[in-house]
Amino acid sequence: MNIIVVGLSHKTASVDIREKVAFAPTQMDKPLRAVVNLDDISEAVIVSTCNRVEIYAVTKDIAGGMARIKRFLADYHNLSLDTLEPYLYGHHSEDAIRHVFRVASSLDSMIVGEPQILGQIKTAYGYAAEFKSSGIILNRFLHKAFSVAKRVRTETKIASSAVSVSFAAVELAKKIFGDLSDKTVMLVGAGEMCELAAKHFLNNGVRGVMVTNRTFERAERLADELQGRAVRFEEMFDYLHQADIVLSSTGAPHIIIGPKDVEEVIKRRRMKPMFFIDIAVPRDIDPRVNDVENVYLYTVDDIQAVVTANLQQRGEEAKKAEQIVEQEIGQFFKWLSSLGITPTIVALRTKFDEVRRAELDKTLATWKDLPPDGQKRLEALTNAIMNKLLHSPTSLLKKSGQGGRSDLYVDALRSLFDLQIGIDEEEGELEE
Amino acid sequence: MNDTLFIVALCLYGAATLAYLIYVAKPSELLGKIAHWVLIGGFLTHCATMVSRYLAAGYTPITNLHEALSFFSLAIVGLFIYFEHRYKLHILGSFVTPVALAMMIAALGFPTAIGELNPALKSRWLAAHTIFAFGGYAAFTVSFGAAIMYLIQQRFLKQKKFGPLYQRLPSLDMLDDISYRCLTYGFPLLTVAIITGAIWAETAWGTYWSWDPKETWSLITWFVYAALLHGRLTTGWRGKNASILSIIGFCILLFTFLGVNLLLPSLHSYNRPGVVDK
Repeated sequence: MNIIVVGLSHKTASVDIREKVAFAPTQMDKPLRAVVNLDDISEAVIVSTCNRVEIYAVTKDIAGGMARIKRFLADYHNLSLDTLEPYLYGHHSEDAIRHVFRVASSLDSMIVGEPQILGQIKTAYGYAAEFKSSGIILNRFLHKAFSVAKRVRTETKIASSAVSVSFAAVELAKKIFGDLSDKTVMLVGAGEMCELAAKHFLNNGVRGVMVTNRTFERAERLADELQGRAVRFEEMFDYLHQADIVLSSTGAPHIIIGPKDVEEVIKRRRMKPMFFIDIAVPRDIDPRVNDVENVYLYTVDDIQAVVTANLQQRGEEAKKAEQIVEQEIGQFFKWLSSLGITPTIVALRTKFDEVRRAELDKTLATWKDLPPDGQKRLEALTNAIMNKLLHSPTSLLKKSGQGGRSDLYVDALRSLFDLQIGIDEEEGELEE
Repeated sequence: MNDTLFIVALCLYGAATLAYLIYVAKPSELLGKIAHWVLIGGFLTHCATMVSRYLAAGYTPITNLHEALSFFSLAIVGLFIYFEHRYKLHILGSFVTPVALAMMIAALGFPTAIGELNPALKSRWLAAHTIFAFGGYAAFTVSFGAAIMYLIQQRFLKQKKFGPLYQRLPSLDMLDDISYRCLTYGFPLLTVAIITGAIWAETAWGTYWSWDPKETWSLITWFVYAALLHGRLTTGWRGKNASILSIIGFCILLFTFLGVNLLLPSLHSYNRPGVVDK
């Protein structure tokens, strides 16, 4: 059994591609079921954030499995595979494990060390568990990934200076406004990301917060929590000119703030600069808003540039984190590879024993003048033959588990002796 | 003696400018402090040059191009030191001190000898008129430096491509503030310089205003900065457009100062090399 990863991220695809491939968190059952129903794919987890869309799966057939998942991604989002393919990456076996460990540890994040990704993977795993698309391999794999992430967090300082988008947004705001103490933040959409960013701005001393949301009650609730003011969604443009910083993360499928709106707003505030941060995927704010004088519009993608500008000092910590990941890959991969061996040996023995027993029964049934201890001796004889024959393949198989060549032998044995091994038989082995 | 002091000041400015330019590539608090103190050393030496020249000549030594460039430079450095102290902003030096240094080097190219004062300049208005004028020029020069920094930083933020300079440049707000503040210093100074000039013209030439090229160009400069200040105060003009206008204003100012003196026949060309009388 192999673990494969297929997906795209901020490293391979821009936001306009990512937003086309994103999965809606409210209906994860459909895509998860579709993936596990693909040929040769036994388990799947789908991670969909604004920076990445990835499918983790377990398959017998690496190349075929990857191809089918790629096709699924394209078909599901009504894209042609040819357009999507260049943005996709695929990893298998050790590389897949490394990739997921790195992602969970926030080493592959836009802002290295940001803490949100771990929670996002946990949520993704939660859906998979809920809809039973993950099985014992992915269960164990993701739990391992969570513990690696935890180790990275506690043993390195990688997370200390980054609080993701919020952190970078505050840094940028300081470069635009200098002092934040007389600035007001407006949240458009009461999403979790916005809330986090708003808290970060409050920690950095902004004067006040306004919250607007399609459901006014949610806006009120969040405004209460942030000690800000709730604004009705329809009245957003009456209040926008009072905001210096606008954080937008609605789930709207279309643009809600356009360049014309912003031009008017900026005139109303006598050309005082405004900083828009569009966290939503798909976008809430028209990209042309950035062209308006004294207005700065950033999407999650753009934040990357800021990050590279202040990333250098985290290089050392990242190296340490990579070492932790490497150690853990070794351990997990050994487990994964040994996984196939024990059930194979058991199945092989069972197969041999079945043949032995069938033939023995046939003989015993027709042997009229069998001596009293005959049956016992025949048992012992056939058992000894079987054990002698099985000895060398069994020990070779066990040994190969440490060398990493086991899948070859396991595969050969399974087809030579037509061994049927379902995942369920392995379950007993997998409990920690 | 005077020339030696001038050269020492020039060398200190050179060293400070070099330090400020290295500061762009490799910023460190120590380097910034060194640059700051070397510049202050240069400024004090430069002041001493002016004083010794005043004592030797017996009149305010802003009467020819050498002296004018030298005083312009002195005023820039003085104002910059004030701003550096006030905003704790070494990087501003990387954009302003090169201008001051250039003025000093240019001053070297003109005769330095102290001569008899041109009779037309023998007036108690000489000191007031020239000091106000160059004070204003210096403020506009610092505004120009801040405007260039603003445009660079603004470009980084708009295009989201962050060069190494991005980290070193301060916030847009601070740059805009410096640029604006300089304008509020420079504009009244220029206004007073023009008024004192007119009064002086009345006593010296018998007319307040004779549309001499220097006067005309000073008025153009005044109008550009008046427009900029007006825009800022009434419609909240700021940022990119204000910065561009500040840079345009500075170019016109340079022409008013140097171009008119060197290229156009003017009543003001007392200081034109080779021209003895007006």
